[in-house]
Amino acid sequence: MELYSPTEYLKGAVLAVQEYTLLAVRSIANLFRQPRYFADTIQQSDIIGVGSLPIVVLTGFFTGAVLALQTSSTLQQFGSLSLIGQLVSFSMVRELGPVLTGLMVAGRNASGMASELGSMQVTEQIDAMRALGTDPTKKLVTPRVVASVVMMFFLTIISDMLGVVGGFVMSFFVLGLDANQYWASSYQKLQYDDIEMGLVKPLLFGFVIATVGCYYGLTAKGGTQGVGRATTQAVVTASVLILLVDLLITRLLMVLT
Amino acid sequence: MSNTVSISRVGAVAEDFRHKAIVFQDVAIAFEDKQVLNGISFELARGESKVLLGVAGSGKSTILKMALGLVKPDRGDINVLGYDVTSMKEEELFDLRRKVGIVFQESALFDSLTVEENVAYRLIEEGYIPADEVRQRVIEALRFVELEHTLELLPAELSGGMRRRVAIARAIITQPDVLLYDSPTAGLDPITSTRIIELIVKQRDVYKTSALLVTHRLQDAFIMASSYFDTETNQMLPVAEGSKRDVHTTFLILRDGKVIFDGTAPELVHSHDEYIREYIS
Repeated sequence: MELYSPTEYLKGAVLAVQEYTLLAVRSIANLFRQPRYFADTIQQSDIIGVGSLPIVVLTGFFTGAVLALQTSSTLQQFGSLSLIGQLVSFSMVRELGPVLTGLMVAGRNASGMASELGSMQVTEQIDAMRALGTDPTKKLVTPRVVASVVMMFFLTIISDMLGVVGGFVMSFFVLGLDANQYWASSYQKLQYDDIEMGLVKPLLFGFVIATVGCYYGLTAKGGTQGVGRATTQAVVTASVLILLVDLLITRLLMVLT
Repeated sequence: MSNTVSISRVGAVAEDFRHKAIVFQDVAIAFEDKQVLNGISFELARGESKVLLGVAGSGKSTILKMALGLVKPDRGDINVLGYDVTSMKEEELFDLRRKVGIVFQESALFDSLTVEENVAYRLIEEGYIPADEVRQRVIEALRFVELEHTLELLPAELSGGMRRRVAIARAIITQPDVLLYDSPTAGLDPITSTRIIELIVKQRDVYKTSALLVTHRLQDAFIMASSYFDTETNQMLPVAEGSKRDVHTTFLILRDGKVIFDGTAPELVHSHDEYIREYIS
């Protein structure tokens, strides 16, 4: 087994953070520079948004449903089963909708981006693109970042909605709760702050997913094995970063509001 | 006063690069701990083709990548068509790259695009060329490499030699001032190799494009140095014995990160250097 010196490892880690930051900054700066690739952005939106729809719908629905079931016994002990709608909508909108959608899209799309760009990198297609006068960060990275951010926003709204519907299905058909009561409590108790928190998060998660996926793809080396490694690392890093950003942004927004 | 000096100096540099396509001065690069190139200098004149020879790992492909600014040297100056590649930022290099064509060793065609889209890539990126004209020029470029029937195919559906020819078509479609070929005949059978060399000679003699060509196959280099393209018969012909026809082809041999030979085919054949004699035998 090869042994690494701790200083070399640290240097590598700092360099990776620096390169990732540069890529992330450039992906945004490209929005203000010509040329802009609208067709690629639309195509990526289709792949990321429409493509992720089934998995996001299913995840949202089942999460809402199981949340209603799991919490029902506790609520029942306090005779507060009527609050189940509020609990499901509150949890889905503020936390579970954005995070689970983020993790699902990371699993599906950060890996896809890393493997696609990684394959292009190891077969010199990225170099060919640069040699043909195209900036890969403009052509490949920025469209993916824009598409991810915009699509995560809408996918999260869909996931939230399906979660509340899932909670309703369980409450109405299994727990025998009144439909009006469920919808009234789930809708009326939602505050502006909850919506704000629930819709700021997916924007950041979308950015993390696309930049991490593209970073690992563009830095892949070592043939097909390297592409595989890049793909795995992209999903792991994107997932961990989503959870970390979630914690930080939750705390920040709670302090601010 | 200082203004006059700097203006005249700029003028002199511009004048200088009217005749030179590529200039490397004392260029060095190391990958991890291995010093690949250690102070190489050479010049490629306009209209000249230079064949880079050397054992595997001697840094031949790196020279091509450095000429385009895809890889930055640790030391030295690289000037391509008057652009100071070493001091330019990635963003500024795209202008130069549009004037230079490159054929990668493994072709590096975009595997999710058709042959037509691959060859048209540069024209589409330019953005202002009408679709009809793009198609016309793609067909012309593919006709040059005799592959005009492959428009709708994907790179995976082509043979190795065909991919290499499509890569040449992609590189020449904008008629660049300089062409860089990275082992265009590697791993191909002798007949296909000669066909590709014929295309390179055709580009050299018909369009007078400057070129750097990396190869492991000495016979390819000698075919280039001893043939010319006859436009009347549309084929490559050997230069007649005693003819004074200039084929504008020179050789450069690398060894241990240094240039050990830079000259014409007759000079190479008559070299007394033991390593060179062994290399060309």
